[in-house]
Amino acid sequence: MTDHLLSLVTFFPLLGLLVLLFLPKENGGMLKGFTLAVTLVTFIISLPLAFDDVFKTSAGMQYVENYSWINIGNYFQMNYHVGVDGISLWLILLTTFIMPIAVLSTWHSVDKHIKGFMALCLLLETAMLGAFISLDLFLFYIFWELMLIPMYFMIGIWGGKNRVYAAVKFFIFTAVGSLLMLVAIIYVYYFAVQTGMTVAGFDLSTFYLLEIPAAVQTWLFLAFAFSFAIKVPMFPVHTWLPDAHTEAPTAGSVILAAILLKMGTYGYIRFAMPLFPDAVQQFLPYMALLAVIGIIYGALVAMMQTDVKRLVAYSSVSHLGFVMLGIFALNMQGVTGGMIQMVNHGITTGALFLIVGFIYERRHTREIKDFGGLAKTMPIFATIFMIMTFSSIGLPGTNGFVGEFLILMGAFQSELRWFAVFATTGVIFAAVYMLWMFQRVMFGENKNPENQNLPDLSGREILLMAPLLVFVFWIGIYPNPFFEKMNPAVAQVIEQVKGRQQIAALQIPAASHVARDLSILEEQAPVYAEVTVDEEGNAVIEENKTTE
Amino acid sequence: MENLVQIAIQNVNMAAVMPPLVLSCFGMALLMISVFSRRGATSHVAWISVVALVVTGVVSVAYWNNPQFGFTGAVALDNYATFFNIIFLLAAGLTILMSDEYLKREGYPIGEYYPLILFTTAGAMMMASGTDMMTIFLGLEVLSISLYVLAGLFRGQLRSNEAGLKYFLLGAFSTGFLLYGMALLYGVSGTTNIADMGMYLSADPALLTNPMTVAGMLLMSVGFLFKIAIVPFHMWTPDVYEGAPTPVTAFMSAGPKAAAFAAFVRIFILALGGMQDQWTSLLWVLAVLTMTVGNVMAIYQTNIKRILAYSSIAHAGYALVGLVAATQIGISGILFYMLAYTFMNIGAFAILVLAGKKGEENLTLEGFSGFGYKRPFLGVAMAIFLFSLMGIPPTAGFAGKFYIFAGAVEAGFIWLAVLGVLNSAISLYYYLRIMVYMYFRDPAEDYAWVSMNTGAMISIVVAIIGVFYLGVLPSAVMDMARMAIF
Repeated sequence: MTDHLLSLVTFFPLLGLLVLLFLPKENGGMLKGFTLAVTLVTFIISLPLAFDDVFKTSAGMQYVENYSWINIGNYFQMNYHVGVDGISLWLILLTTFIMPIAVLSTWHSVDKHIKGFMALCLLLETAMLGAFISLDLFLFYIFWELMLIPMYFMIGIWGGKNRVYAAVKFFIFTAVGSLLMLVAIIYVYYFAVQTGMTVAGFDLSTFYLLEIPAAVQTWLFLAFAFSFAIKVPMFPVHTWLPDAHTEAPTAGSVILAAILLKMGTYGYIRFAMPLFPDAVQQFLPYMALLAVIGIIYGALVAMMQTDVKRLVAYSSVSHLGFVMLGIFALNMQGVTGGMIQMVNHGITTGALFLIVGFIYERRHTREIKDFGGLAKTMPIFATIFMIMTFSSIGLPGTNGFVGEFLILMGAFQSELRWFAVFATTGVIFAAVYMLWMFQRVMFGENKNPENQNLPDLSGREILLMAPLLVFVFWIGIYPNPFFEKMNPAVAQVIEQVKGRQQIAALQIPAASHVARDLSILEEQAPVYAEVTVDEEGNAVIEENKTTE
Repeated sequence: MENLVQIAIQNVNMAAVMPPLVLSCFGMALLMISVFSRRGATSHVAWISVVALVVTGVVSVAYWNNPQFGFTGAVALDNYATFFNIIFLLAAGLTILMSDEYLKREGYPIGEYYPLILFTTAGAMMMASGTDMMTIFLGLEVLSISLYVLAGLFRGQLRSNEAGLKYFLLGAFSTGFLLYGMALLYGVSGTTNIADMGMYLSADPALLTNPMTVAGMLLMSVGFLFKIAIVPFHMWTPDVYEGAPTPVTAFMSAGPKAAAFAAFVRIFILALGGMQDQWTSLLWVLAVLTMTVGNVMAIYQTNIKRILAYSSIAHAGYALVGLVAATQIGISGILFYMLAYTFMNIGAFAILVLAGKKGEENLTLEGFSGFGYKRPFLGVAMAIFLFSLMGIPPTAGFAGKFYIFAGAVEAGFIWLAVLGVLNSAISLYYYLRIMVYMYFRDPAEDYAWVSMNTGAMISIVVAIIGVFYLGVLPSAVMDMARMAIF
């Protein structure tokens, strides 16, 4: 069973979808219950990944499955090649963990076309999991694009007033980026074929070893980075996000914030950066600049919002800016910080969207000015909201602190020092917009008669929030179990990016790779010079060294 | 290329023309059957013609990897022809299945309709297997004349009359260009045989820049580009597609277009391969123009039939990218794309056929408001076809575009590929717009009708299977396409 664990996890929701199609559409409760059960089972199936200690010691891919899928002679050989390492591990678990919560949140909020909504949820889960486990660029692209369809319908059918605009904008923005990435993928493929690295495959591990000229890398990186930047979303291509978030139904917003946005940052770590290390070096300051602009701009715009949901949406732009800064710091603290912050953002912002959903279901408004003094009538709600607000701000003891602290520490230690200085202001702004909003909604006098008798959270709603709260504190107080499983993989990615940059900087044509990357090439070709990196980070070149 | 060059010429080899021969015999028999049938009773004619297509399909497939040549090098039933034959047969079959109830509903239960479709298909087959300019021209004429009649089939309707006449006048005019081009090339090379012409032209480089050769090439391009509806020879398409009976439009956009591509590619690669530099730069520009004009114009349409008409222009542009690339993957990409397009486009038209009642076809965007809720299955089917037309995986449309653009990148036309995908991005807008009406609007009360019928449902289901089969498991078909090219 462990041989096919990843496939089982990924396609179990799809299997559920096929069964769901044959259930009667009149019985909404049963459809929701069934979908919840499917997502819960998916989560349980995925749990062995969380308890597997292999990730503590090994940076490589685990649970690998590799089968020939499309095989067209010497033209194209696409493989169903999947695997999980410390980088995708927590994102896969985050996905399977968030999905039951998202489904449970629809209990009262989705009341039309229930069957369709549930079917889309399950399709979306398969697509997202597929994108996280794909190790073949073609396979990844299929899942990456497939994600658009369910989210498009979720926003468009179950969304708010402006849903059509938001849905079309979401679809077109993300698709434009991916289409350019498709051309880049094809280009990389032909480059690999021409250099003899591959016969005809799109395998990621082969592409990692390519020595693409720096000038070409620039273009390819731009194509990949553009696609991922839209998904993250980075300033200035973030404009689809506030619309999509605001108009999407609660469950859609939760999935969008918690998982879909992570696709972008994951794409950088898994694809854009290790594939094009020289371009990363070249674009480092620009990417950091955009990240910092995103942090500050997102925070300032969030501050001015009158709609709670829009405020949370813009806070995502700010938070994802932190993640990007951490990733581009390219050191252990920065990247692990970015990784854990991806999970944190999924938990915290997912929770905040649920919270917004709770008050929207009660009052059918999300305007800050319509509220005030809710803390007195809804004490449990107030407590949970408070904790999530703190987590979003990054108060010590909550998960947000761990992530942002590591990111900033990493950035300070890297060449992005000055960017970190400005990014830090984002933490302060976050406190301003979140606390101010919290104050206006929850404190003060409860003047509005419609708000006087709002019921506090129901058992189901508390049940929704409880697991999220556990992780807020778990990651906030004892994040080690999470770090120790991502560390080896993160270290490897950093080596992949930085180690190869130094080679390129020295421009030694004979040197093929840093010693640790040689394992594959050694079997094929003699290497005439070997480069290693000493403690001070300088490259040491041993000329005329031949391997067996 | 070699199998054509090394052919042992046999004067008569009936096997080489077996598929169109079988189909034509069925067509003539059906003409007689429909004459002796009761007025208005056409169902049996429709079903017999489906049988005819299946039989011809079996005959065609039997010649896979068993190429037949004959008639002094004028006809070749090679894998290339067979692959296209299958496309034509599928297009005709899917069309006929959706036609019967529709024609009755619209008040034109005309038995001759089915033989005409069969003759068009036979003409298309002659074009695909023609290895001589004259065979191709004959095939084109058989195909075109039947199509002129089909476009104007609804003789009581002004639009249909306009479509038939417009298509006839412009089509005849463009055929003139084609013939003139062939004549000039004959004048230069002294042969109408494609392979001989290719050898003759490439033997003497001076001939390739000879004004007469260039003029012949250009004039012949005009003829073919008209049939494929490439900008700037696309003007007839929206009007004809809109005016012709919907199943005929579906058929025209897939079968005859593929036939024109088949002949176009064969002539340009084999006979005019030496002039590749010249026609590449020409077609590069036209491909970009076609994609852009088709997609941008489609945005402004409110009639779904017209949207699909403009989108078919854009899709011809994508396919042309494969010819510009002219690599193996590009050319086999065209074959694959034509098959994929047959499934997704005819599928979409089949839904248009169903959405309507007697005398009142429901083709406006408004009329499709809430369609997805009124008819859940048809809604999902339409969504699948539209996503496929957009090129979203895992559908046939994505696989097709992938091979075409991969061919372009392989040949170094990276900018062409980039412009191609950006055009796909433009096209998202109008395809999504149809879905916006179908799913994001409340059902329109006064457009509540849908005329279900078995035949159309069969063609929709077959098209869905095709779309996913080509999208998820393209290996087998792509391998065939690869083996089909010269």
